[in-house]
Amino acid sequence: MSIASKFKEARLCLSAGRVTLPYPAKPRPAPPGFRGRPIFDPKKCTGCAGCANNCPAREILVFDVCQEIRIMKYLGRRCTYCGRCAEVCTEKAITMSGDYETATDLVADLQQRLELFMSTCQRCGRCFEPATPLDRLKQRGYRFDDLANERWVLRSQSFLDGEPPVRDIEIELED
Amino acid sequence: MLENLCRKMFGRSLWVYHANSGGCNGCDIEVLNVLTPYYDAERFGIRLVGSPRHADVMLCQGPAMRSTFQALRRAYEAMPAPKLVFAIGSCAGGGGIWHDAYPVLGGVEKVVPVNFYIPGCPPRPEAIIWGVAVATGLVPKATAPIEFKQVEYPIPAYHPGDLRTEGDMVIYERLEKV
Repeated sequence: MSIASKFKEARLCLSAGRVTLPYPAKPRPAPPGFRGRPIFDPKKCTGCAGCANNCPAREILVFDVCQEIRIMKYLGRRCTYCGRCAEVCTEKAITMSGDYETATDLVADLQQRLELFMSTCQRCGRCFEPATPLDRLKQRGYRFDDLANERWVLRSQSFLDGEPPVRDIEIELED
Repeated sequence: MLENLCRKMFGRSLWVYHANSGGCNGCDIEVLNVLTPYYDAERFGIRLVGSPRHADVMLCQGPAMRSTFQALRRAYEAMPAPKLVFAIGSCAGGGGIWHDAYPVLGGVEKVVPVNFYIPGCPPRPEAIIWGVAVATGLVPKATAPIEFKQVEYPIPAYHPGDLRTEGDMVIYERLEKV
Protein backbone atom coordinates (compact mmCIF):
# COMPACT_ATOMS: atom_id res chain seq x y z
CA MET A 1 0.00 0.00 0.00
CA SER A 2 1.51 3.27 -1.09
CA ILE A 3 1.42 6.56 0.77
CA ALA A 4 -0.91 8.03 -1.83
CA SER A 5 -3.56 5.48 -1.02
CA LYS A 6 -3.23 6.34 2.67
CA PHE A 7 -3.88 9.98 1.85
CA LYS A 8 -6.81 9.02 -0.31
CA GLU A 9 -8.31 6.98 2.50
CA ALA A 10 -7.75 9.79 5.00
CA ARG A 11 -9.48 12.22 2.66
CA LEU A 12 -12.42 9.88 2.31
CA CYS A 13 -12.71 9.45 6.05
CA LEU A 14 -12.48 13.16 6.74
CA SER A 15 -14.98 14.09 4.04
CA ALA A 16 -17.55 11.65 5.41
CA GLY A 17 -18.04 13.82 8.47
CA ARG A 18 -19.91 12.62 11.52
CA VAL A 19 -22.15 9.63 10.93
CA THR A 20 -23.03 8.65 14.51
CA LEU A 21 -26.71 9.06 15.25
CA PRO A 22 -27.50 11.07 18.40
CA TYR A 23 -29.99 8.40 19.32
CA PRO A 24 -31.01 8.45 22.99
CA ALA A 25 -30.80 12.25 23.07
CA LYS A 26 -33.00 12.66 20.02
CA PRO A 27 -35.91 10.32 19.27
CA ARG A 28 -35.70 8.19 16.19
CA PRO A 29 -39.08 6.93 14.98
CA ALA A 30 -39.28 3.56 13.35
CA PRO A 31 -39.71 3.34 9.59
CA PRO A 32 -43.22 2.75 8.21
CA GLY A 33 -44.16 -0.88 8.19
CA PHE A 34 -42.18 -1.63 11.31
CA ARG A 35 -44.00 -3.89 13.71
CA GLY A 36 -43.49 -2.85 17.29
CA ARG A 37 -45.48 -3.45 20.42
CA PRO A 38 -49.07 -4.52 19.65
CA ILE A 39 -51.68 -2.26 21.20
CA PHE A 40 -55.02 -3.81 22.11
CA ASP A 41 -58.05 -1.58 21.73
CA PRO A 42 -60.46 -2.74 24.44
CA LYS A 43 -63.39 -0.82 22.98
CA LYS A 44 -63.27 -2.76 19.75
CA CYS A 45 -62.29 -6.15 21.13
CA THR A 46 -65.08 -8.70 21.22
CA GLY A 47 -63.10 -11.37 23.01
CA CYS A 48 -63.21 -13.96 20.25
CA ALA A 49 -59.69 -15.16 21.23
CA GLY A 50 -58.67 -15.53 17.59
CA CYS A 51 -55.42 -13.74 18.40
CA ALA A 52 -54.76 -16.20 21.21
CA ASN A 53 -55.32 -19.13 18.89
CA ASN A 54 -53.05 -17.68 16.20
CA CYS A 55 -50.18 -16.54 18.40
CA PRO A 56 -47.13 -18.70 17.61
CA ALA A 57 -45.61 -17.89 21.00
CA ARG A 58 -48.88 -18.76 22.79
CA GLU A 59 -48.62 -15.71 24.92
CA ILE A 60 -52.14 -14.31 24.80
CA LEU A 61 -53.95 -16.03 27.64
CA VAL A 62 -57.71 -16.25 27.94
CA PHE A 63 -59.48 -16.89 31.20
CA ASP A 64 -63.24 -17.04 31.56
CA VAL A 65 -64.23 -15.96 35.03
CA CYS A 66 -67.91 -16.53 34.38
CA GLN A 67 -70.30 -16.34 31.49
CA GLU A 68 -70.13 -12.56 31.26
CA ILE A 69 -66.50 -11.74 32.01
CA ARG A 70 -63.48 -12.85 30.05
CA ILE A 71 -59.94 -11.86 30.93
CA MET A 72 -57.40 -11.62 28.14
CA LYS A 73 -53.80 -11.18 29.13
CA TYR A 74 -51.00 -10.32 26.74
CA LEU A 75 -47.66 -11.18 28.31
CA GLY A 76 -45.28 -9.44 25.91
CA ARG A 77 -42.22 -11.26 27.14
CA ARG A 78 -41.94 -13.79 24.36
CA CYS A 79 -43.75 -11.83 21.67
CA THR A 80 -41.96 -12.04 18.34
CA TYR A 81 -43.93 -9.11 16.86
CA CYS A 82 -45.00 -11.21 13.90
CA GLY A 83 -48.30 -9.38 13.60
CA ARG A 84 -50.44 -12.46 13.12
CA CYS A 85 -52.77 -11.35 15.90
CA ALA A 86 -53.36 -8.03 14.16
CA GLU A 87 -53.87 -9.80 10.86
CA VAL A 88 -56.44 -12.25 12.17
CA CYS A 89 -58.40 -9.75 14.26
CA THR A 90 -61.81 -9.26 12.67
CA GLU A 91 -62.58 -6.05 14.52
CA LYS A 92 -59.13 -4.51 13.83
CA ALA A 93 -58.72 -4.08 17.57
CA ILE A 94 -55.00 -4.84 17.51
CA THR A 95 -52.59 -2.43 15.91
CA MET A 96 -48.88 -3.01 15.61
CA SER A 97 -47.47 0.26 16.85
CA GLY A 98 -44.01 1.57 16.07
CA ASP A 99 -43.09 1.58 19.74
CA TYR A 100 -39.86 -0.28 20.26
CA GLU A 101 -38.49 1.44 23.36
CA THR A 102 -39.82 -1.25 25.64
CA ALA A 103 -36.69 -2.17 27.57
CA THR A 104 -37.55 -2.71 31.20
CA ASP A 105 -36.23 -4.21 34.38
CA LEU A 106 -39.59 -5.73 35.30
CA VAL A 107 -41.00 -8.12 32.76
CA ALA A 108 -44.51 -7.42 34.08
CA ASP A 109 -44.28 -3.96 32.54
CA LEU A 110 -44.89 -5.47 29.13
CA GLN A 111 -48.23 -6.96 30.05
CA GLN A 112 -51.59 -5.82 28.80
CA ARG A 113 -54.68 -7.11 30.53
CA LEU A 114 -58.21 -6.71 29.23
CA GLU A 115 -61.28 -7.56 31.24
CA LEU A 116 -64.00 -7.90 28.68
CA PHE A 117 -67.74 -8.14 28.85
CA MET A 118 -69.07 -11.07 26.89
CA SER A 119 -72.65 -10.44 25.93
CA THR A 120 -75.11 -13.21 26.59
CA CYS A 121 -78.02 -14.68 24.74
CA GLN A 122 -80.87 -12.23 24.42
CA ARG A 123 -83.50 -14.90 24.83
CA CYS A 124 -82.39 -16.90 27.82
CA GLY A 125 -79.65 -14.67 29.19
CA ARG A 126 -77.34 -17.48 29.99
CA CYS A 127 -75.89 -20.33 28.06
CA PHE A 128 -76.91 -23.80 28.96
CA GLU A 129 -74.49 -25.08 31.54
CA PRO A 130 -74.17 -28.83 31.84
CA ALA A 131 -74.24 -30.37 35.27
CA THR A 132 -71.27 -32.70 35.20
CA PRO A 133 -67.62 -31.73 34.53
CA LEU A 134 -67.37 -34.27 31.75
CA ASP A 135 -70.20 -32.61 29.91
CA ARG A 136 -68.68 -29.25 30.63
CA LEU A 137 -65.48 -30.34 28.91
CA LYS A 138 -67.34 -30.76 25.68
CA GLN A 139 -68.78 -27.29 25.82
CA ARG A 140 -66.93 -25.08 23.44
CA GLY A 141 -65.92 -21.51 24.04
CA TYR A 142 -64.68 -21.57 27.61
CA ARG A 143 -60.99 -21.27 28.28
CA PHE A 144 -59.13 -21.45 31.54
CA ASP A 145 -55.50 -20.57 30.92
CA ASP A 146 -53.12 -20.35 33.83
CA LEU A 147 -52.78 -16.61 34.43
CA ALA A 148 -50.50 -16.95 37.45
CA ASN A 149 -47.93 -19.20 35.81
CA GLU A 150 -48.43 -17.62 32.37
CA ARG A 151 -49.17 -20.83 30.56
CA TRP A 152 -51.71 -22.12 28.17
CA VAL A 153 -53.90 -24.83 29.60
CA LEU A 154 -55.59 -27.13 27.19
CA ARG A 155 -59.26 -27.03 27.95
CA SER A 156 -59.64 -30.76 28.04
CA GLN A 157 -57.05 -30.99 30.81
CA SER A 158 -58.22 -28.06 32.86
CA PHE A 159 -60.73 -29.80 35.07
CA LEU A 160 -59.52 -33.27 35.79
CA ASP A 161 -56.08 -33.52 37.36
CA GLY A 162 -54.22 -36.73 36.72
CA GLU A 163 -56.68 -37.91 34.13
CA PRO A 164 -55.84 -38.50 30.49
CA PRO A 165 -56.97 -35.70 28.22
CA VAL A 166 -60.54 -35.98 27.10
CA ARG A 167 -61.17 -35.17 23.50
CA ASP A 168 -63.67 -32.48 22.81
CA ILE A 169 -65.44 -34.14 19.94
CA GLU A 170 -66.03 -37.84 19.71
CA ILE A 171 -66.28 -38.96 16.12
CA GLU A 172 -67.79 -42.39 15.66
CA LEU A 173 -66.71 -44.20 12.56
CA GLU A 174 -68.78 -46.90 10.99
CA ASP A 175 -67.10 -50.21 10.45
CA MET B 1 -7.13 9.94 44.21
CA LEU B 2 -6.45 8.38 40.86
CA GLU B 3 -8.68 5.50 41.85
CA ASN B 4 -11.50 7.87 42.76
CA LEU B 5 -11.02 9.76 39.54
CA CYS B 6 -11.10 6.54 37.56
CA ARG B 7 -14.19 5.42 39.41
CA LYS B 8 -15.88 8.70 38.60
CA MET B 9 -14.83 8.77 34.99
CA PHE B 10 -15.33 5.13 34.16
CA GLY B 11 -18.04 4.29 36.67
CA ARG B 12 -20.63 3.78 33.99
CA SER B 13 -18.50 2.13 31.39
CA LEU B 14 -20.09 -1.22 30.85
CA TRP B 15 -17.91 -3.86 29.33
CA VAL B 16 -20.19 -6.36 27.76
CA TYR B 17 -19.78 -10.02 27.12
CA HIS B 18 -21.88 -11.50 24.42
CA ALA B 19 -23.29 -14.94 25.22
CA ASN B 20 -25.43 -16.86 22.79
CA SER B 21 -26.98 -19.94 24.31
CA GLY B 22 -28.71 -21.32 21.28
CA GLY B 23 -30.26 -18.36 19.51
CA CYS B 24 -30.69 -17.96 15.78
CA ASN B 25 -27.98 -15.26 15.37
CA GLY B 26 -30.53 -12.53 14.67
CA CYS B 27 -29.92 -10.80 17.98
CA ASP B 28 -26.16 -11.31 17.58
CA ILE B 29 -26.21 -9.32 14.37
CA GLU B 30 -28.20 -6.54 16.01
CA VAL B 31 -25.79 -6.42 18.94
CA LEU B 32 -22.86 -6.14 16.55
CA ASN B 33 -24.82 -3.42 14.76
CA VAL B 34 -24.80 -1.40 17.97
CA LEU B 35 -21.00 -1.41 17.94
CA THR B 36 -20.74 0.05 14.43
CA PRO B 37 -20.01 3.78 13.91
CA TYR B 38 -23.68 4.54 13.22
CA TYR B 39 -24.79 3.58 16.72
CA ASP B 40 -21.43 4.20 18.29
CA ALA B 41 -21.79 2.46 21.64
CA GLU B 42 -18.38 3.41 22.91
CA ARG B 43 -19.61 6.93 23.64
CA PHE B 44 -21.44 5.31 26.57
CA GLY B 45 -18.34 3.35 27.50
CA ILE B 46 -19.69 0.10 26.16
CA ARG B 47 -17.01 -2.20 24.92
CA LEU B 48 -17.23 -5.76 23.75
CA VAL B 49 -14.83 -8.09 25.52
CA GLY B 50 -14.07 -11.65 24.72
CA SER B 51 -14.04 -13.17 28.16
CA PRO B 52 -16.67 -13.11 30.91
CA ARG B 53 -13.90 -12.48 33.43
CA HIS B 54 -13.41 -8.98 31.99
CA ALA B 55 -17.08 -8.17 31.69
CA ASP B 56 -19.60 -6.22 33.74
CA VAL B 57 -22.62 -7.09 31.65
CA MET B 58 -23.62 -10.31 29.98
CA LEU B 59 -25.82 -9.89 26.95
CA CYS B 60 -27.79 -13.13 26.69
CA GLN B 61 -29.29 -14.14 23.41
CA GLY B 62 -31.27 -17.23 22.77
CA PRO B 63 -33.27 -19.30 25.21
CA ALA B 64 -31.79 -21.38 28.00
CA MET B 65 -31.42 -24.73 26.37
CA ARG B 66 -30.94 -28.17 27.72
CA SER B 67 -27.54 -28.49 26.08
CA THR B 68 -26.10 -25.06 26.90
CA PHE B 69 -27.55 -23.93 30.21
CA GLN B 70 -24.58 -25.25 32.19
CA ALA B 71 -22.14 -23.28 30.03
CA LEU B 72 -24.30 -20.19 30.47
CA ARG B 73 -24.32 -20.67 34.23
CA ARG B 74 -20.54 -21.08 34.28
CA ALA B 75 -20.05 -17.94 32.20
CA TYR B 76 -22.26 -16.05 34.64
CA GLU B 77 -20.33 -17.33 37.63
CA ALA B 78 -17.03 -16.35 36.01
CA MET B 79 -18.03 -12.68 35.87
CA PRO B 80 -16.71 -10.42 38.68
CA ALA B 81 -19.11 -9.33 41.30
CA PRO B 82 -21.14 -6.25 40.33
CA LYS B 83 -22.69 -7.85 37.30
CA LEU B 84 -25.73 -7.29 35.18
CA VAL B 85 -27.51 -9.64 32.80
CA PHE B 86 -29.44 -8.32 29.84
CA ALA B 87 -31.89 -10.62 28.14
CA ILE B 88 -31.96 -9.50 24.53
CA GLY B 89 -34.77 -10.68 22.33
CA SER B 90 -37.91 -12.61 22.96
CA CYS B 91 -36.09 -15.94 23.21
CA ALA B 92 -33.95 -14.77 26.10
CA GLY B 93 -36.90 -12.99 27.68
CA GLY B 94 -39.32 -15.87 27.80
CA GLY B 95 -38.32 -18.64 25.45
CA GLY B 96 -39.75 -17.20 22.25
CA ILE B 97 -41.97 -19.32 20.10
CA TRP B 98 -40.06 -22.40 21.22
CA HIS B 99 -40.86 -21.93 24.88
CA ASP B 100 -42.59 -25.29 25.14
CA ALA B 101 -40.25 -27.31 22.94
CA TYR B 102 -38.23 -30.16 24.36
CA PRO B 103 -34.68 -28.68 24.14
CA VAL B 104 -35.76 -25.28 25.46
CA LEU B 105 -36.00 -24.70 29.19
CA GLY B 106 -37.48 -21.23 28.83
CA GLY B 107 -36.02 -17.78 29.15
CA VAL B 108 -32.51 -17.28 30.49
CA GLU B 109 -34.06 -16.24 33.79
CA LYS B 110 -34.48 -19.95 34.48
CA VAL B 111 -30.67 -20.22 34.69
CA VAL B 112 -29.24 -16.80 35.55
CA PRO B 113 -30.93 -13.82 37.25
CA VAL B 114 -31.92 -11.29 34.61
CA ASN B 115 -31.77 -7.57 35.35
CA PHE B 116 -33.04 -6.05 32.12
CA TYR B 117 -35.31 -7.31 29.40
CA ILE B 118 -35.11 -5.95 25.88
CA PRO B 119 -37.96 -7.55 23.91
CA GLY B 120 -38.01 -7.81 20.16
CA CYS B 121 -37.37 -10.45 17.58
CA PRO B 122 -34.73 -9.20 17.03
CA PRO B 123 -34.77 -5.86 18.83
CA ARG B 124 -33.71 -2.86 16.82
CA PRO B 125 -30.22 -1.55 17.57
CA GLU B 126 -31.94 1.55 18.93
CA ALA B 127 -33.91 -0.66 21.30
CA ILE B 128 -30.70 -2.21 22.62
CA ILE B 129 -29.15 1.24 23.07
CA TRP B 130 -32.33 2.34 24.82
CA GLY B 131 -32.09 -0.62 27.18
CA VAL B 132 -28.48 0.18 28.03
CA ALA B 133 -29.40 3.84 28.50
CA VAL B 134 -32.22 2.82 30.87
CA ALA B 135 -29.76 0.66 32.78
CA THR B 136 -27.21 3.45 33.11
CA GLY B 137 -29.87 6.01 34.00
CA LEU B 138 -29.59 8.22 30.94
CA VAL B 139 -33.27 7.97 30.02
CA PRO B 140 -36.34 7.03 32.07
CA LYS B 141 -38.20 3.80 31.54
CA ALA B 142 -40.89 4.26 28.93
CA THR B 143 -43.12 1.23 29.40
CA ALA B 144 -45.80 0.38 31.92
CA PRO B 145 -48.41 -2.36 32.21
CA ILE B 146 -51.77 -1.62 30.63
CA GLU B 147 -54.96 -2.74 32.32
CA PHE B 148 -58.44 -2.20 31.03
CA LYS B 149 -61.73 -3.07 32.62
CA GLN B 150 -65.17 -2.79 31.10
CA VAL B 151 -67.25 -1.71 34.05
CA GLU B 152 -70.44 -0.85 32.23
CA TYR B 153 -72.32 -3.88 31.09
CA PRO B 154 -74.58 -2.63 28.37
CA ILE B 155 -76.92 -5.57 27.90
CA PRO B 156 -79.35 -6.65 30.60
CA ALA B 157 -79.56 -10.29 31.55
CA TYR B 158 -82.76 -12.20 31.16
CA HIS B 159 -83.59 -15.07 33.40
CA PRO B 160 -85.85 -17.79 32.04
CA GLY B 161 -87.29 -18.37 35.48
CA ASP B 162 -88.92 -14.97 35.36
CA LEU B 163 -90.88 -15.75 32.23
CA ARG B 164 -94.59 -16.23 32.81
CA THR B 165 -97.08 -17.29 30.19
CA GLU B 166 -100.42 -15.58 30.19
CA GLY B 167 -102.70 -16.73 27.45
CA ASP B 168 -100.86 -16.24 24.19
CA MET B 169 -98.33 -13.79 25.57
CA VAL B 170 -95.12 -14.36 27.46
CA ILE B 171 -94.59 -11.81 30.17
CA TYR B 172 -91.19 -10.99 31.52
CA GLU B 173 -91.54 -10.01 35.12
CA ARG B 174 -88.19 -8.75 36.23
CA LEU B 175 -85.55 -6.94 34.22
CA GLU B 176 -82.25 -7.00 35.96
CA LYS B 177 -79.01 -5.33 35.09
CA VAL B 178 -76.04 -7.58 35.39
